[in-house]
Amino acid sequence: MNATKTLRILIAKPGLDGHDRGAKVVARALSNAGMEVIYSGLHQTPEQIVNAAIDEDVDAVGLSILSGAHNTIFARVLQLLKEKDAGDILVFGGGTIPKKDRAPLEAMGVGRVFIPGTDTRDIVAYLQETLQTRSFSASC
Amino acid sequence: MPQDKTADTDRERFAGVGPVKNLSGFEIKPLYGPEDIKGTEFERDVGLPGQYPYVRGVYSTMYRGRPWTIRQLGSLGPPGEANKRIRQLVDMGATGISICLDMPTIMGRDSDDPLAEGEVGRCGGVAIDTLQDVREVLAGIELDKISINFVSNSQSSVILAMFCALAEERGVPWDVLTGTMQNDVLKEYQAQKSYYFPPRPSMRLILDTLSFCMRSLPRFNPISISGYHLASAGASPLQELAFTLANGFTYVEEGINAGMPVDDFAPRLSFFFKAHNDVFENVAKFRAARRLWARTMKGKFGAKNPSSWRLRVHTQTSGSSLTAQQMENNIIRTTLQAFSAVMAGTQSLHTNAFDEAFSVPTPQSERVALRTQQIILHESGAASTIDPLAGSYYIEALTRQMEEACEKYFQTIADMGGVIAGIEKGYFQREIAESAFRYQQSLEQGERIVVGLNQYTEEEESEIRLRELDSEFERNKVAALKKFKEDRDQDLLRAKGEELREVCKGSDNVMPALISAVKAGMTLGEAIGHMREIFGVYREQAVF
Amino acid sequence: MSIRKSLNPEELVEKLLSGDRRAAARLITLIEDQSVQANGMMKKIFPHTGRSTIIGLTGSGGSGKSTLIDHLIGRFRTMGKKVGVVAVDPSSPFSGGALLGDRIRFQSHATDDGVFIRSMASRGYLGGLARGTTDVVRVMEAMGNDVILIETLGAGQDEIDIIHLAQTCLLILTPGMGDDIQAMKAGIMEIADVIVLNKADLDKANLCQSSLETIIHYGMDKKKGWIPRVVPTIAFASKSTDIRGMEELVQAIMDHQAYLHETRKIDDVRNKRIEQELGLVFKDEVEKVVFAGIKGTGKKREYIESIRAGKTDPYSVVKEVLSTFLRV
Repeated sequence: MNATKTLRILIAKPGLDGHDRGAKVVARALSNAGMEVIYSGLHQTPEQIVNAAIDEDVDAVGLSILSGAHNTIFARVLQLLKEKDAGDILVFGGGTIPKKDRAPLEAMGVGRVFIPGTDTRDIVAYLQETLQTRSFSASC
Repeated sequence: MPQDKTADTDRERFAGVGPVKNLSGFEIKPLYGPEDIKGTEFERDVGLPGQYPYVRGVYSTMYRGRPWTIRQLGSLGPPGEANKRIRQLVDMGATGISICLDMPTIMGRDSDDPLAEGEVGRCGGVAIDTLQDVREVLAGIELDKISINFVSNSQSSVILAMFCALAEERGVPWDVLTGTMQNDVLKEYQAQKSYYFPPRPSMRLILDTLSFCMRSLPRFNPISISGYHLASAGASPLQELAFTLANGFTYVEEGINAGMPVDDFAPRLSFFFKAHNDVFENVAKFRAARRLWARTMKGKFGAKNPSSWRLRVHTQTSGSSLTAQQMENNIIRTTLQAFSAVMAGTQSLHTNAFDEAFSVPTPQSERVALRTQQIILHESGAASTIDPLAGSYYIEALTRQMEEACEKYFQTIADMGGVIAGIEKGYFQREIAESAFRYQQSLEQGERIVVGLNQYTEEEESEIRLRELDSEFERNKVAALKKFKEDRDQDLLRAKGEELREVCKGSDNVMPALISAVKAGMTLGEAIGHMREIFGVYREQAVF
Repeated sequence: MSIRKSLNPEELVEKLLSGDRRAAARLITLIEDQSVQANGMMKKIFPHTGRSTIIGLTGSGGSGKSTLIDHLIGRFRTMGKKVGVVAVDPSSPFSGGALLGDRIRFQSHATDDGVFIRSMASRGYLGGLARGTTDVVRVMEAMGNDVILIETLGAGQDEIDIIHLAQTCLLILTPGMGDDIQAMKAGIMEIADVIVLNKADLDKANLCQSSLETIIHYGMDKKKGWIPRVVPTIAFASKSTDIRGMEELVQAIMDHQAYLHETRKIDDVRNKRIEQELGLVFKDEVEKVVFAGIKGTGKKREYIESIRAGKTDPYSVVKEVLSTFLRV
């Protein structure tokens, strides 16, 4: 069978913020790297994002947040995923997220947070490494 | 023949020299000379400042008569604090102030809307739910003396209604009110994405505000046609130029079709451009813009009033060019961009604080931003003479090149059926997304160097510092709003809602009904909600 | 506990049959990835399928397919029906990746428990559907969806696999875009049960409708019994409250469904679907078995080079392979 499975990633824009340049550039970069990228569009609620993630059975959800509301949004998405038995879906994201918030986010369960200026190849590499060799721990 | 000889000599001379392309995609020659501006007739094509086609500047004395306006957009916070800050600025001598809105207001939602949770009063914008909020923000400000700039777009009709209602309350006649509204919805579909309704109803609202202002607020500028946001979304300088002008021409055409004589409203149109890093490309962009606008307004639209031919610009330095890495480098970027904007002849200018794209600016970084303009004005010589780069082989060639490339874009857009048809087809969104992606690739492939980002990098990271979330403010605002809603005359409100919907269904100007509605206590969210019921909600297709 | 861990076929199937979305989603992934467990699970759910209404939508980009689907979902939901949606987009032949953006247009239904939406990339499959779409539709049926909407890739000219899968085929045309002429030339008329003339307020709409109806009238095999209906609609994103024709469209769909059931033609339709599935599964299995034999031996590469060098041809190769590896 195939050595690597085709990765499916949901890229979402939660909240009211309409700056989608970064999200779209990342989506395209991921697609160029062979991933299937589902784009949720703007103005998504955490509920819409999580339902889409589950129905599409994505390997990871990437949230693009430039509004400053990242702590609330990441927490809610992680919580909803857990409640719906989908805690094994990787959550990552990008945006204007201060350093002091990143470790707490990772402790909360966010995989990685990328700040503006990140090379998209780093995001591709991160997802490929994390998802292809992912071992499922019992404590989902 | 002389031309061939030069070309041959150049080929020899620059044999080993690699190509350089600017952001607009033009290949930049190592050397420009007379042959590059052959065919340019200075009187016809370049001319004098303050004279058609205004390439050298819209006013005859430009900065020698009066410097550009230093218009820094400051952050405001809650209405009470915003009012304090505005009064401070006025006391310090400001004759114009800017009001930008918080995210929920930008999206047409009240502070108590579930979607607004966690976002009320954020990003330095004011939360405007009701006429009471506008009263508070503008308390003690003399409306007949101070020019108010509302950075509002899809909610402009409602904001304008509140502004008019307030003026009426205060006994200030509408015809002395001065100010601006951004009110440019076409760029929302193309880039900023804070649209609500589909394009046609949105255009109708703009035309309503336009004709209303023409009749009742003749000193108020009802649209600021914006390229800045297109560029931030990824448009190249050429695309920014072409799409912004195309949008502008669309508003003019729609206005004329709606029965407004062009010279009645065109003088009130203004523009908002971005100043990016390439000093020379930027200057060429502005000069080409002025020439294209003047020629089209006079020619195609038959405007007779010179004020209709004049393209007046507010410029902001490029936020998207600033890096989170080694933020102090951004001071240099902002300086170059501001310098370019001055040499390009802008009417007003906002310079970004070096940390502004990623953090709350400190008083110190805000001061540096302000001083940047003052140093350019007093110490750099850029303002000593008008259009200092005119006559330069490079600048004149580049100006012409941008103009010609623009005209190709105009043809493509026309063939497509116009700007709105283009939006519906996703044309602009696609062009912009393509530019954004290609730009990212050029960085990742090392074709384009951004200092501190893909070269000369350091391990240490600059601090991203966001505004502290004032959840108390949000709680209080929501509570106050709830009480306000309860205390209103519900029957009257219902009637006003009905009235508003009727007007939206028909073709009468929406402003009188809106003014009457906000006086009765209708909130911004409610007004937009009624409109949404009639006009619908626009959902874009995915374009990458 | 995450389902990913316990891929017990029984559990997954059981959860699916009780309408569990996560199970359905996981199962669909296994199908898409052609995982070994997939076949086993398909065997188990098959008996629980075959009763849903399956509607296919085809038409070129810009015709308003996604917006129509958005409204159809709404309509079927008010009728109390549970709806499954498959939206297909092309995979890049170069990178193998895909940008799946159809969902945006119907994301408002994402929080409705009665709607299940899945985006599929074609993964190199030609024909307008994605590899595995036929199985995915079975999964959606087993999950309990009354109506399944399938948005195909393209304009319907080369991509016509949908006609074997869907019971009612909708072809979306836009007046004046030239598709109508193209469609006539390609004989698409015979494929569509309902022709939706979307953006019908454009100038040429009435003319277009008459031409279409004339062509159908003269071109159709009268014995067939169902005359393709032309339904004008106005359903596109930039006019989102001025939606028209949706009632007539739903009616046309229901009428066609009624026709199929009353004349028992539904059995023919179901047979065609099964026939196609049988063919696909058969091809897949045979390929697997045949290539399992020569996998890793480099034989396949050798054969290809031989053919290129003109030493042999595909027919001879297959004959050789079959006789060598199947008859064991």
